[in-house]
Amino acid sequence: MSAFEAAAGDGRRYGAGHDQGAEHRQPAAERAGGKPASRRVIVAYGFWVFLLSDIIMFSAFFATYAVLAGATAGGPSGRDLFDLRTVGIETACLLLSSFTCGVASIGARMRRGAWFHGAMAATFIFGAAFLGLEVREFTSMIARGAGPGRSAFLSAFFTLVGCHGMHVTAGLLWLLTMMAQVFAKGYRADILRRILCFSLFWHTLDIIWVALFTTVYLMGAGP
Amino acid sequence: MSQYEPIEYAGDAETAPGDEAPDGREFSEDIGSYLVGLGLATMLTVVSFFVARTTLVWEPSIPVALAVLAIAQMGVHLVFFIHITTGPDNINNVMALGFGVLIVLLLLTGSLWIMAHMNHNMMLMDHGM
Repeated sequence: MSAFEAAAGDGRRYGAGHDQGAEHRQPAAERAGGKPASRRVIVAYGFWVFLLSDIIMFSAFFATYAVLAGATAGGPSGRDLFDLRTVGIETACLLLSSFTCGVASIGARMRRGAWFHGAMAATFIFGAAFLGLEVREFTSMIARGAGPGRSAFLSAFFTLVGCHGMHVTAGLLWLLTMMAQVFAKGYRADILRRILCFSLFWHTLDIIWVALFTTVYLMGAGP
Repeated sequence: MSQYEPIEYAGDAETAPGDEAPDGREFSEDIGSYLVGLGLATMLTVVSFFVARTTLVWEPSIPVALAVLAIAQMGVHLVFFIHITTGPDNINNVMALGFGVLIVLLLLTGSLWIMAHMNHNMMLMDHGM
């Protein structure tokens, strides 16, 4: 609960003539909304701040890639390497998995096991398909002699796209963990908080992929 | 803690990032937001891929168009999937996001600006020698 929020709460709640002295003896959180924010809000907010720091880390990789995109050292450039059809399928997979992840979070809130587990399974399948396509792309590039050691451009490419791929891998493991925890422990408040954090993580990965397929693939393989 | 206590929504002055609107909405209404998001995101993605390969658009404008489409799609994801709104219960989430965006912009423009100038200066040196 920020001081800003507390001040806004004061303005809304207390009119003229209120005993300011008595109010100053209360903790800030109580002055704002009558009671402190729930555990769910605090946990999700903390995780949101972590995700924003993760986005800042990605922006450093994006800046590196943008600076080095032309440094091909006589090797293949993006135009020679990127296959936009594969990238389109990857994008569709990740977008659909983001949607089914939203469905799963509604299912968890409504405590409908079929919806939750079905949508989580669909999310896993789409995410795994994305990862499979990306691994296939990487292996074919390395087989053609365009590995990360070929040029500064390719080093930056493999770092940026690979870092996103690592995040997706971690997300898939987390997804399976959440399905197992709901299966074993039910829709407890702490499990629901973890599901909320997972869905935030997964949607954020999709946002990073939007920036990625635009700057790396579409701008790199343009006409 | 009981097995199925209600989610801690009631009386909150704030909304957790990622939470749908809590007050007694039905399944179909909640899923509507995700469906709208999916539709808009699909549309923007398809337009991006079309613009990247088409010859109908004036070529120098393509990177700008792609950037605008990408930023629009990120906005769609934030609003319809992560449910970041401008409501008073969302101020903290928006302020954190705003700070993150500021740092990202500083990092990107700063890096590109400095490295472009450096490359420019190095090129002059090459010609001088």
